[in-house]
This record gives sequence, C-alpha cells and structure tokens, in this order.
Amino acid sequence: MVTPVNDPPQQVAYDSKVEGNIIITRVDAAINWMRKNSLWPMPMGLACCAIELMATGASRFDISRFGAEVMRFSPRQSDVMIVAGTVTYKMALAVKRIYDQMPEPKWVIAMGACASSGGMYRSYAVLQGIDRLLPVDVYVSGCPPRPEALLEGLMKLQRKVEGESSLLAQKKQMVDSLA
Amino acid sequence: MTTEATADTKPGSGTADGGSAFLAKTLDGLGKLLGDDLAATIEFRGETSVSVASPRVRVALAWLKDHGFDYLIDITTVDHQGEALRFEVVYELYSLAEHIHLRIKTRIAEEPGEVPTVSDLWPTANWHEREAWDMMGVRFKDHPDLRRILMWEGYPFHPLRKEFPLAGQPSEMPDVAFTGVAPLEGGPFVTHSGAADTVAREPRAKGES
Repeated sequence: MVTPVNDPPQQVAYDSKVEGNIIITRVDAAINWMRKNSLWPMPMGLACCAIELMATGASRFDISRFGAEVMRFSPRQSDVMIVAGTVTYKMALAVKRIYDQMPEPKWVIAMGACASSGGMYRSYAVLQGIDRLLPVDVYVSGCPPRPEALLEGLMKLQRKVEGESSLLAQKKQMVDSLA
Repeated sequence: MTTEATADTKPGSGTADGGSAFLAKTLDGLGKLLGDDLAATIEFRGETSVSVASPRVRVALAWLKDHGFDYLIDITTVDHQGEALRFEVVYELYSLAEHIHLRIKTRIAEEPGEVPTVSDLWPTANWHEREAWDMMGVRFKDHPDLRRILMWEGYPFHPLRKEFPLAGQPSEMPDVAFTGVAPLEGGPFVTHSGAADTVAREPRAKGES
C-alpha cells in the first residue's frame, strides 16, 4: 500500500490550504448557474399585467428569491424582457427597439394573454402577440397572471437557461466570425 | 309623503322645476337666433336634442355658451353610411349652474366633411375634435392643430367608419408603425353574440375549457 502523501498534484485539492474551496464542474454549467440566478428583468410594463409584475417584485412574492429583483430600466443592463401587457401597434416598434438594445444573451417572457396572443383585443389597434416581433422564451397565461404564475414562468426560464450550451454557442460564434 | 318628488323634477337639478323653464327659454332664444337653420328639437326620456344646419352650428354653440351652457362634455360622431349627409357631429353641452344637459347635432356630407371648430370657445374641444378626425375622418375648419390623436400620422384609415372592418386593415409605415389583420373567427376571447346561452356566448378557447 502506497499512500502518495507527497504527490504534488493531489495536494492542490486534498490536504492543503484550499481544501473544501474547490468545486469541479463544466464551464457551461458554471456560466449557466450564474446567468440563471441573476436574470435582470427589463420591465416592459404596458397594461394591467405590470401591476402584477410590481406585486411580484414586492415583498410578499419577492422575486429576489430568484435573483431577478434588479429591475433595470435601461435595456443595456437587462437580461430578460418581461412584456407585461397589451402591445398596441403604436407601441410595437418601440418594444422591438428596446429589445434590440439589450445585450446578448437575452430572453423574453410574454406575460399574460395580451402579450402572448393579443388577448381579448381582437382589433385593428393591437398586435396579436409579441411573438410576431420578438423570439419569446416563456409564455405566461392569465389575464392578468397572478405573481405566482409569473414566478413559475421565471423558474421555467431558469430551467431553460440551465440547459443552454452557452460557451459552445459563444465558441461557434467566434469561429464563425473568424472564418 | 315626500314633497321633493314632483313630476318634472329631475335628480340633481339646480332649480325647483328641474331647469325646464330655463331650457324652454334657451330653446326659444336659440330658435329666434337660427330661424329655419334649427331643424328639429327632440325630447326623449328627459333628454333634449337639437338639430342644427351645419353652417350655423358654431353660431349656435357660441350663443349657447354665452347663455348658460358653459360646459362642453364631449364631441362624438355618428356614421350614417349610405345616406347623403353621412356624418353626424354631436356636441354634449351641460349647464353647470342649472345642472341640465343639451345635445346639439349637425349632419354633414362625406365631402367636404367639414364643420367649424369650437376649440377657441372650449379648449377641451381641441382634443375631442382631433379624436373625431382620427377615428371618423371628420375635419374641423380652422382647428389650430388637427393631427391624429390615437393613431399615428400617416395611418391611412379612419377606424370607426362603418366600412372599416373590426379586424383591422394591414398598413405599413417603415420605422413608425405597422398594422395587421386580427383573426376573429374561432379564436379565444371572441364573444359569440348569436349563441343560445351565456356559456356559449362567453369568450373562451373553444374545446379547451
């Protein structure tokens, strides 16, 4: 029986000053873990759903339990756009423009019936779902959805972020840009 | 036995006779002012409507403003599609002192489709007239700022006209806005007005609830 007590490589992790402070994982998993627990929302509040969005942010429902309490009113600092409310045609291109200003990676939650499908507004003035302009990741049903429903949607989005191969996607982009 | 409920007392009236004497006096004065241009006076369920020929409507409204009807509640328009005088502009007046309403109506043809503005008499008329122009396409002569108020400048339709479909019309203004046609049949949140009972009439996703 040979105990390699003095073998230098193993001393990094075991029986050293940093013992217990090292986690071994994939870079993708680490990045996704950081991303999903700090999804900063762009609160695109357009109608009554925005009231429920505010309630979700307030103490009773406390969206900060999911790391998403940092409502950024600048798209440059946001990760996820929560489209909360009726998107009129007059507003539609403004929403698109704000989405375009968000840096990658970015996600979209369509909160409520109106943002998902136009809702009860089958009329000349309302865009029939924000997915006609933006790629939507999570649809939350309800008119308006309760805060729990929005949190469920947020957790769904977190699960989606967890499964992304973020580094590979970046690497592919880099290789493509060099080619 | 109550003493307050006499036959012609309306709730909220400022005077004992419910303002009916004041109204009669006003209508009498208006008739003398306009002559034949005062086409008709209709009283229906305690509401009085006066039809005025469109060239004199501004004269009538200015006179009414000086004779007690100092508050313009609203301006609306009605589309009588297919008739020679297609549009009807309706002014809802109110007397703050006498607590009575008076409705002034005037009919105009589609072309030129124009009535004189009253935005210099009542500043509130500025936005009411802009809305009437935006939604119905009625123009107001000498309006200081007759732009659309709800839709954007350049939108090609007037959505509350009868020929405009509820679902909308496609339009495109690059970098400003676009519109599409909303699917009406079979979708969720569409009421079924001809259905037999309230459950069937209720807007819901069919087959899913």
